[in-house]
Amino acid sequence: MSDNSFSPKILGFLCNWCCYAAADAAGVSRFQYPPNLRTVRVMCTGRVDPSFVLKGFLEGADAIFTGG
Amino acid sequence: MVTNADFLALEGKPGNFTAKLNIRPRYIDADACTACGLCTQYCPKHHSDPYNEGLAITRPIHIDYAQAVPATYYIDPSSCMHIQHDTCQICVPVCQSHAINFNQKPEARDLKVGAVILSPGFGKIAPETLEKFSYGKHPDVVTSYEYERMTTASGPFLGEIKCFSDGRHPKSIAFIQCVGSRDLGCDNGYCSSVCCMYAIKEALVTKEHDPEVDITVYYMDIRTQGKDFDAARERAEAIGIKFVRAKVADVTPWDNHLKLTYSTLDGQHIFAAHDMVVLSVGLESPKDANKIADITKIDLNHYDFCKTETFAPLQTSQEGIVVAGAFQGPKDIPESVTQSSGAAVLASTVLKKQRGKGTISKEYPDELAVTDDDEVRIGVFVCHCGINISSVVDCPEVAENAGGMENVTYYTENLYSCSQDAQEQIKKTIKDQKLNRVVIAACSPRTHEPLFQETLKDAGLNRNLFEMVNIRDQCSWVHANEPEAATEKSKDLVRMAVSKAAHIQPLPEQTVPVTPKALILGGGVAGMTAALSLADQGFQSVLVEKSSKIGGNLLNLKNTLAGDTTAGYLKTLTTKVKKSSKIDVVTDGTLAQTSGFIGNFSSVIESGKGKKKKEQTYDHGVIVVATGGHEHRPDLYQLGKSKKVVTQQELEIKLAGRAKNRAPNSIVMIQCAGSRGEDLNYCSKVCCNHAMKNILKIKEINPDSQIIVLYRDIRTYGFAEDAYLEARKKGVIFIPYEVDRRPVVTSKGSKVQVDFFDTIMQEEVSMNPDLVTLSVGIVPQGTDELSKMLKLPVTANGFFLEAHVKLRPVEAAVDGVYICGLAHAPKPVEETIVQAQAAAAKAAMPLVKGYVTVDPIVSSVEQDKCIGCGICVSLCPYGAIQMEKVDKKRKAKTISASCKACGICASHCPTFAISMGGFTNEQLTCQIEAFGNKKAEETVEA
Repeated sequence: MSDNSFSPKILGFLCNWCCYAAADAAGVSRFQYPPNLRTVRVMCTGRVDPSFVLKGFLEGADAIFTGG
Repeated sequence: MVTNADFLALEGKPGNFTAKLNIRPRYIDADACTACGLCTQYCPKHHSDPYNEGLAITRPIHIDYAQAVPATYYIDPSSCMHIQHDTCQICVPVCQSHAINFNQKPEARDLKVGAVILSPGFGKIAPETLEKFSYGKHPDVVTSYEYERMTTASGPFLGEIKCFSDGRHPKSIAFIQCVGSRDLGCDNGYCSSVCCMYAIKEALVTKEHDPEVDITVYYMDIRTQGKDFDAARERAEAIGIKFVRAKVADVTPWDNHLKLTYSTLDGQHIFAAHDMVVLSVGLESPKDANKIADITKIDLNHYDFCKTETFAPLQTSQEGIVVAGAFQGPKDIPESVTQSSGAAVLASTVLKKQRGKGTISKEYPDELAVTDDDEVRIGVFVCHCGINISSVVDCPEVAENAGGMENVTYYTENLYSCSQDAQEQIKKTIKDQKLNRVVIAACSPRTHEPLFQETLKDAGLNRNLFEMVNIRDQCSWVHANEPEAATEKSKDLVRMAVSKAAHIQPLPEQTVPVTPKALILGGGVAGMTAALSLADQGFQSVLVEKSSKIGGNLLNLKNTLAGDTTAGYLKTLTTKVKKSSKIDVVTDGTLAQTSGFIGNFSSVIESGKGKKKKEQTYDHGVIVVATGGHEHRPDLYQLGKSKKVVTQQELEIKLAGRAKNRAPNSIVMIQCAGSRGEDLNYCSKVCCNHAMKNILKIKEINPDSQIIVLYRDIRTYGFAEDAYLEARKKGVIFIPYEVDRRPVVTSKGSKVQVDFFDTIMQEEVSMNPDLVTLSVGIVPQGTDELSKMLKLPVTANGFFLEAHVKLRPVEAAVDGVYICGLAHAPKPVEETIVQAQAAAAKAAMPLVKGYVTVDPIVSSVEQDKCIGCGICVSLCPYGAIQMEKVDKKRKAKTISASCKACGICASHCPTFAISMGGFTNEQLTCQIEAFGNKKAEETVEA
């Protein structure tokens, strides 16, 4: 690997019933992953308006993650 | 809930039992334990982990698995150093919440109960039965339970499959079916019903891990008789999992491999080498079955499972004691869950008189009015969770950082925010600091939001003025080695939550009254059972039957496999229904129109014929769909063309008659006629049992009758396997056929000819039997129209789809609608009865309660902004949005009671007219903006 100092800021939209629950389960199992994600809990990814994604980029996100 | 307890004795009579229990000490105070797990980390003693089948090591102080209920650790006394040797006690000072208590003693407790539900589950096949497969002799022979733990991502090997012998990844795996089932060697003549399906699942999971691995399933019959289960087998075959019809004689170690010896149908003996062998072990009766029978005086069957009757499948031989789950007979999760609901309805009938007594209602202080004009005063509480959060995240820094945020008027830290004293402190702070928004940075809202919302209510705040930040499960626990980054993340998440919290508004708590009446569609055994169960609970129902007579398919059947006659049962059932003052029967009736939502439906029923035709409107709170199905009549195998070709149902009626030649000397039966890939894609579950029933009847009438059964897989699952064995003992010949080589039936004049390939003799056979009987399968009764009217999804095969196969097997996705009987999937009568009882149990819940609570986070439409496009109506998966006319304009309206708060409507509304409680556009936008704020600060600094 080359020296890669790029550390992306990721905004995530997590469905309460699946992905958010899975993220909790990852914690319970003490799985380790990079600390680059900031999450917004929604009751279903169906709630994610396309404008939220654009807004996220506008606010400086390098990537948007949706889990549902 | 009482766990860690032994059932010692039962005294008294139905309605007034005393159950004597011995509660074993847990050595941990359940109220104080926060399930942080620190004790297990410090405990120095090893303990074989029973939850992981002994494949992993845990400690005497542990919790079986993360989701265990109650979420409380316990000490296994058998290996605890303090209990065994009076030493150690390291855990005591380690526990931050002082939950460990070695002074706990066994407690004898008497429980006063009115009814008993037995659900002890199933036992394990004895190790002796597994020995011939080298289990215990070679480390790479494992049971399916062990293999399940090995393949599980959260299991001891994180899903990595390795040979125990040398740690290599196995490249060739064999599954051996029917280990300890269908095996007279261990006195288990029955089929365990679930092993084929779980073997396929485990094989599919293995393929997902390593697509190159070679998997062979050695089987006698693949019994994937459940709803849509055959599709799983087809998927398995499509990705290269091999299915070999064979009987495995033995497994012997062979260098680093295992050598299987098996024999095939055509009499060959073959050897095969595999890296690993998985034994698909069956479901044994529970180990304490006899003890339970002694205590409760219930009868067991000859396999030591609970004895029940076909028409009362959940009733034990003792009144007031019912059974559910695998103790009633081996079964899978959906059926166990269905049975548990059915058992609940039977038990609650016994308890009916006591319903509602002893209920305590909690009182709350008046809610503080919070309006837009009020100053926003946010309180931020940062939880240490003992050291679970604070050992990684710098909690004081997170709290202090929050203190500098706009609208935050108070901030503090708690050792355990969820502890009783902290709760009191939070309540006091809300009042003292005049907080009108609360942000708690702690664990997951999925587990703790209700607790904190309750605290808000106690403090006189609307429970929605609350936002939770997950800095444990999704931060400290997953970034344990990066404390600085985890602290930064926590600060960001708190900032985002505070930003959102500033815009949250109190939401009204809504309840909608329920009309205490059910509409039941279908007057077969399912509909009648549901109506009677509801009547037993004290509820009215309207039972709508399409034909002129109630009874359904049972009218076409004569006896059951167990030998009961259906006529007697049907008469009792219809008489009860007709006599019940709580059931309004409408024959020749159809549902013409329906509107409304859970608790408040209104339906128009058309009934009568010709001039007598009339329409009547009923208001009701719930709908039970029991519209049934009927025998499929394929245009195949000369059915309808030759008099000598009949269906199993026709044969049953014939056999019950008096005709002299009703059981002729030569009969060929063809299983799966029109099913599993012909007209129908699925297995109808009942046909094999139906064939056995008729075969045994024929043999009773004419023992000399020569019967040949051509089949693909005989699926006499559960105890019906006994009938299959009996049929073979009586000389019936069973010959399997391949799907690409189905038998051919032709007729000429009165003669009928069957040509088939005999897979045993390996030759073409042609014969002219006296009778050909087809097992033809079941199709649903016109679900199309009803699915549109009630917005109920159907499967590819036209059966109604349940809300969740395992968790909500009798509920529809639309609230207030329940499904049972053949409309859900083909099934035998005992399963239909259980399902109808389960549907009645679920339907009774809103009826008993009298109102439906609406979660305030539902959607709402701002009708001024709505342009009436109807996109939301078409997208809503729950039928929770309807169009209405307001001043001659079409406007959308949310039916709050049906809404599940998914927000699909809000994200698709072109005019932003739909808002989600607790997740408004404004709130989410602010949260996203706050995500970016930090970035801006950094840029400035740079």
